[in-house]
Amino acid sequence: MNILTNMTKKQRRMLSRILAGALLLVAAVLIPYQGPWRFLLFLPAYFMVGWDVLWQAARNICRGQVFDENFLMALATVGAFCTGFFGEGEYPEAVFVMLFYQVGELFQGYAVGRSRRSIASLMDLRPDYANVEQDGKLVQVDPEELQPGQVFVVKPGEKLPLDGTILSGSTTLNTAALTGESLPRSVGVGDSVQSGCVNLSGLIQVRAEKPFEESTVAKILELVENAASKKARAESLITRFARYYTPAVVIAAVALALLPPLVVGGWALWLRRALTFLVVSCPCALVISVPLSFFAGIGRASRQGVLIKGGSYLEAMAAVDTVVFDKTGTLTQGVFQVAEIHPQGMTEDQLLELAALAEGRSDHPISRSLREALGREPDSSQLEEAQELSGRGVRVRVNGKTLCAGNRRLMEELGVSCPSTANGGTVVHVAVDGAYAGWLLIADRPKPDAKEAVALLKQEGITPVMLTGDSKAAGEAAARELGIEQVHTELLPADKVAQVESLLTAPDRRRKATLAFVGDGINDAPVLSRADVGIAMGGLGSDAAIEAADIVLMDDKPSKLAAALKLSRRTLGIVRENIVFALGVKALVLVLSALGLTGMWLAVFADVGVMVLAVLNAMRV
Amino acid sequence: MTKRFKLIDLDCANCAAKMEHAIKKLDGVQDAAVSFMTQRLTVEADDARFEAIMDQIEQVCKRVEPDCRIVRQ
Repeated sequence: MNILTNMTKKQRRMLSRILAGALLLVAAVLIPYQGPWRFLLFLPAYFMVGWDVLWQAARNICRGQVFDENFLMALATVGAFCTGFFGEGEYPEAVFVMLFYQVGELFQGYAVGRSRRSIASLMDLRPDYANVEQDGKLVQVDPEELQPGQVFVVKPGEKLPLDGTILSGSTTLNTAALTGESLPRSVGVGDSVQSGCVNLSGLIQVRAEKPFEESTVAKILELVENAASKKARAESLITRFARYYTPAVVIAAVALALLPPLVVGGWALWLRRALTFLVVSCPCALVISVPLSFFAGIGRASRQGVLIKGGSYLEAMAAVDTVVFDKTGTLTQGVFQVAEIHPQGMTEDQLLELAALAEGRSDHPISRSLREALGREPDSSQLEEAQELSGRGVRVRVNGKTLCAGNRRLMEELGVSCPSTANGGTVVHVAVDGAYAGWLLIADRPKPDAKEAVALLKQEGITPVMLTGDSKAAGEAAARELGIEQVHTELLPADKVAQVESLLTAPDRRRKATLAFVGDGINDAPVLSRADVGIAMGGLGSDAAIEAADIVLMDDKPSKLAAALKLSRRTLGIVRENIVFALGVKALVLVLSALGLTGMWLAVFADVGVMVLAVLNAMRV
Repeated sequence: MTKRFKLIDLDCANCAAKMEHAIKKLDGVQDAAVSFMTQRLTVEADDARFEAIMDQIEQVCKRVEPDCRIVRQ
C-alpha cells in the first residue's frame, strides 16, 4: 500500500495503535456485563489509543502549559468517563473521542509531511557533486569546493553544479527547475549557463564563474528557505487569534459547568456539555491550514518559474489593482531589431544590404541589428571611402556610387524627398547617387507574449501603466501596440519613483489595493522597493534583481505575471475559505453543545473533519 | 546576525506558533520565526550574546514542546 510506505515509522506505529484500540473498543462494547465496574472494560482501549496524550498532558501541566491541547483532550475524555460513571452518557464515547482525535492528528501529520515533501522535491535543485578532471581521471567533488576559474565536466543527465561558461561541447539544457520553461535550451561554446539546469544531451566542459554560494542555485535555495519566515498577515492574525481562542473556550467551558447547574441543577449534564467545549477548543485546523496554503502557493509558483519571497508578498500580490511596467527589457526585448523594410525600386534584401554596407562594421546597435537582419556580412570589398556625418548618418562610396544612409535631415540636405514614416523607433533612410532607395525601421520589439500579458491583466481588472525613459514617440507607439492606455515617457530613474509615488497616492484607489512594479532589475532598485510588490524580470544571473525584488520571474516572460496573480488570488481565496469554514463549524458546534443538541461524538467528528477538510483544501492550491 | 536552524520533531502547528511567540519575547532577540512547514527556526539576535540567547531559546522550546530539538552545529 502506497500510503503505508509513505508514512514515517512513528506514524505507522500510531496507525497500528489506532487499529488495536478500535478492536479493543468493539470488544468492550460487545461484552454484555452492565454492572458498576463496566468502565474497566473500556480502559484497555482507552490507554492503548491515548496513553501518549495522557503522558504529555501530565508532563505539560507540570511545566505550566494549561491550555495545551493534550491536556484539554485528556481532561475531556477523563471527564467523559466520570460523567459516564454517574449515568450521563456512555463509556464508549470517551474512547471514541480519543480515538478520533488521534486519527485526526495522524492524518494531519501525514498530509503535511507529504505536501512538504512534494513541494521540497520541486525545489530539489541542489547539485550533489561536480566532475573535475584530476590526473586524467574524472573525480566527483563537492560543488562548494570549486573555485571560480576551475573547469568541470557535466555529463548528460547531470545537474550543473555551478554557474559558468561553456568551454567545449554543445548540448541542450532543461531549465525547468529554474524557469518553469519546459522547452529545452540549446547552448554551445561561449554561452553562460546556470547551475540547477539539467544537461540533457551532450558532454560539456564548463569554466566556473562564481563560487557555489553565489551561484544561481544557492541563491534560489536561500530565497525559498527564507520565504517561510516572512509570514503573511493572515497567518499572524490566525496565530494571534489561536492564542485567545483556546483560553476563551476553556473559560466558557468552566462557566458552563458551574453556572447553569446553580440555577437549574443537573451537574453531570452540564459537565458533559462543558467537556464537549474542550473537545472543540483546539485551534489546530486553522493554525495548520493557513501556512500550508501559503507554502503550497509558493511551491506551486516556483514550479512555474515564479519565485515569491514570502507569504506576505503572495498576499500583497493578490490585492494588486495597478501594475506598472518598465518598458525596455520588461515588455520589450531590450535589443534593437529591424522591424520594417520599405524599399523603393529594389528588393527588401537589396535595401538591407545597402544599409548594412553603409552603416559598416561598427558595434553600434543599429549597424549590428542591420547585419543580423541581413544574416550575412555585407560585401565590403568594393567599399572605398566612408564618412561619418555626425547627427545625420553616413556617406560611403561603393562601386563608384555614393551611398547615403541616415535620418530625414540627411535626406533633406541631399535634396532627396522621402515619404512620411512610422515612428516608435529609429528610421534609416537610404539614398543611392541622390535617388531615394527606401527606409528601414529599427525598433526594440515587444516580447512575443507582452501583448497577451497586458490583455490577461486587464481581464483580471488590473490597470496597466507603462513608464519609460524612452522618447515620447517610441514610448507611446509601444504602449499603443501593447494596449496600455496610461504611459509616462522620458523619465529618469528618479522620475519613475515619483510617478509610482503619485500612483500610490492617487485619490480614486481602493484602500487596500496594492501596486506592483515590474522591471528588469537594472536601475530599478529604488522603484522596486517603493512599490507594494516589486517584481523583477529575468532573475537568471541578475543579482540586483533577486535582491531588490519581492517576486522574481525567472524567465523573461511578462505573461508569467498573470499566472502569478491568479495563483496568489486563488491561494488567498482558499485561505479565506478555510478560516470561515473552520470558524463557522466550531462556532456551530459550540452553540449546539451548549444547548445540549449535540454530544461529544459529533463534536470530535466535526473538529477532526474540519481539520481534514481544511488541510485537503489547502493542498488544492 | 540572522541564523537559521533545523528543527526536529516539531509535530504541531500551534506549538510552532507558541514557540515563535515565546522566542520573540526573549531579551536580545530582534526577530524570530518558526516555520512549521519547513521545520526551520530563523533567529535574529545580538551578535555578542548569540550563543547565550540560543541556550535560552532551547529552554523556551523545551517548555512548549518537549520532544522538539533544535539542531545547533
